[in-house]
Amino acid sequence: MKEHYQHLYEILSQVDGYIYPNEIEMNWGLMIVLYPYITGLVAGAFILASLERVFNVKVLRPTYHLALLTALSFLFVATLPLVSHLTQPLHAYRILITPNPTSAMAIFGFVYLWYLMVVLLLEIWFDYRRDFVLWSKDSKGFKKFFYKTITLGINDTDEKSVKIDDKLGYIITLIGIPSAFLLHGYVGFIFGSIKANPWWSTVLMPVIFLFSAMVSGIALVMVIYMIVNWVRRQAIDMVCLDTIAKYLFYILIIAFALESLDQIHRFYEAEESFDIIKILVNGKLNLTLLGFQITIGTIIPLAVLGLFQVYQPSEKLRKIAYFIVGLFVLFGIFFMRWNVVMGGQMFSKSFSGFTTYKINIFGMEGTLMATAWLVLPILILMFLLWLMPPWKKSTEYLH
Amino acid sequence: MDRINKNRRKFFQTSAALVGGTVFYSLIKPFEAKAVEANQTELDPELPLWGMGVDIEKCIGCGKCAEACKVENKVPAEPFYFRTWVEQYTIKKDGEVKIESPNGAIGGLEQSVENEDIFKSFNVPKLCNHCTKAPCVQACPVGATYVSPDGVVLVDESYCIGCRYCIQACPYGARYIHPEKQVVDKCTFCYHRINEGLLPACVEVCPTEARIFGDLRDKSSKLVKFMQKNPTQVLKPHLNTHSRVFYNGLSSEVK
Repeated sequence: MKEHYQHLYEILSQVDGYIYPNEIEMNWGLMIVLYPYITGLVAGAFILASLERVFNVKVLRPTYHLALLTALSFLFVATLPLVSHLTQPLHAYRILITPNPTSAMAIFGFVYLWYLMVVLLLEIWFDYRRDFVLWSKDSKGFKKFFYKTITLGINDTDEKSVKIDDKLGYIITLIGIPSAFLLHGYVGFIFGSIKANPWWSTVLMPVIFLFSAMVSGIALVMVIYMIVNWVRRQAIDMVCLDTIAKYLFYILIIAFALESLDQIHRFYEAEESFDIIKILVNGKLNLTLLGFQITIGTIIPLAVLGLFQVYQPSEKLRKIAYFIVGLFVLFGIFFMRWNVVMGGQMFSKSFSGFTTYKINIFGMEGTLMATAWLVLPILILMFLLWLMPPWKKSTEYLH
Repeated sequence: MDRINKNRRKFFQTSAALVGGTVFYSLIKPFEAKAVEANQTELDPELPLWGMGVDIEKCIGCGKCAEACKVENKVPAEPFYFRTWVEQYTIKKDGEVKIESPNGAIGGLEQSVENEDIFKSFNVPKLCNHCTKAPCVQACPVGATYVSPDGVVLVDESYCIGCRYCIQACPYGARYIHPEKQVVDKCTFCYHRINEGLLPACVEVCPTEARIFGDLRDKSSKLVKFMQKNPTQVLKPHLNTHSRVFYNGLSSEVK
């Protein structure tokens, strides 16, 4: 407690202008930055997968299962930062048993469960069921036990059964696309619906969140695909990689256009809150917004990917460029979330001053914890890739 | 083959039933909660409708209200937690607006601007506005914050999960996380006192009667008389929160 007060006194000494006295403490920290970030990666990775499945972009086949497993790994972790930031984390279940229907936050649990249970788990199950049956025959120990259990006793492996699996999987993906849109658009609405906060309150917020989610998810799968192939010493399918990069380019353009539109609109209308937002953007958010999000996360990737649409350098150079661009985009989108969450709390609702955010290393809201939440899905993904490697899937009766 | 197909069909039936059941339950559940919530938020016309008037011209910035509130409601003494506070506005001759509220005005506000530079100065007591259309009540994911039948926005401490969405939703900065209880805390109009027929602590101690508490339904109450006599305004009216704290003499500089 004493340490907490000391921390707040330190912030109090750095307050700039006038803020309401209860605003010294910033209520949403790193964990709430991670929450839309991770959820966005899930939605984006899934949408990339569905491009192959529903929109029949066959060249993306090499990343299809990888994208699904990536989405699942991150989805497992998505709620954890959210729950750990609660002051009463043990009571989190109340959101599910007594949701307040007027609350934009209350429905998240249901959207999440729907997405996890109905969309991702079912789709992956239909995709892997036949392989589980085949793998269960020639594996031992934990793997055998897992494969046998997860087949849920449905052991037929003939062409007809594969066709049924495929058809049902397709239907699930069809449901999955609007669900992915819902999942992340909805996260945007949590912020966009707060009329008290002019930095958040914009009707474009859900759409901006959705497109930035797609951007980050596609970049993530692109980077993971390259790493997995390097580790496995397999050749990277350049047609696939170029196609992913092309989609990344297009969607990045849309995302950037939407965000610019939002800012231009704000700038042009110049409402009551404009003065404070102008100072915010040019001051406290200068580095993270103009430097990290826009320059590193958007302009440079757009320039590189745009160039590759008209001029293609050697494969080796493209691979390196794609890898760096992917990391830049992931870095930029992280700071996009940061700028939304932190930016919205740095200025006072009195529009007359600023507080600061002091980042901690330790503690529930600290950088160590945040790193753990970002590493955990990678570990889960590694485990899933070991357990159900897409490259060992049978290609017989492929749809 | 036949047996396998039967198994398969059975599996789909079971999973469809499970999934369908879950989805159906999740769809039904919010409506149940809505019914509960409606009970909580419906104002009872038989009961008083509590509100407060603030006469800005009368406030001398002594901070006794903020101090009394902290004592009465066991609000932590540290200067980061306030159920009510007083802001000092100083409009300088060059047009610059200076706002201050050191320690929420506890101990009294002092003017830091030289007299000859001051165009005008006034003090504005702030507290929860007990909005009729409270954004915090709308935002709370578990319904832990609600409007009482007599129009006071309250928090069920035993039910708050500490997500702090209500703090983000409140346009007036009236909420904070209580550092010891680890749940959200805010002004209750001293609900424990008004139920006993007493005045809220801040109103009770105000030496200049700058705060007027009363029943908005009672046309002979002090509050209604105050509103009849003076042109009153609420804070941030454009947000349409229908707040029940009415200010007389509110300057456009006040946010």
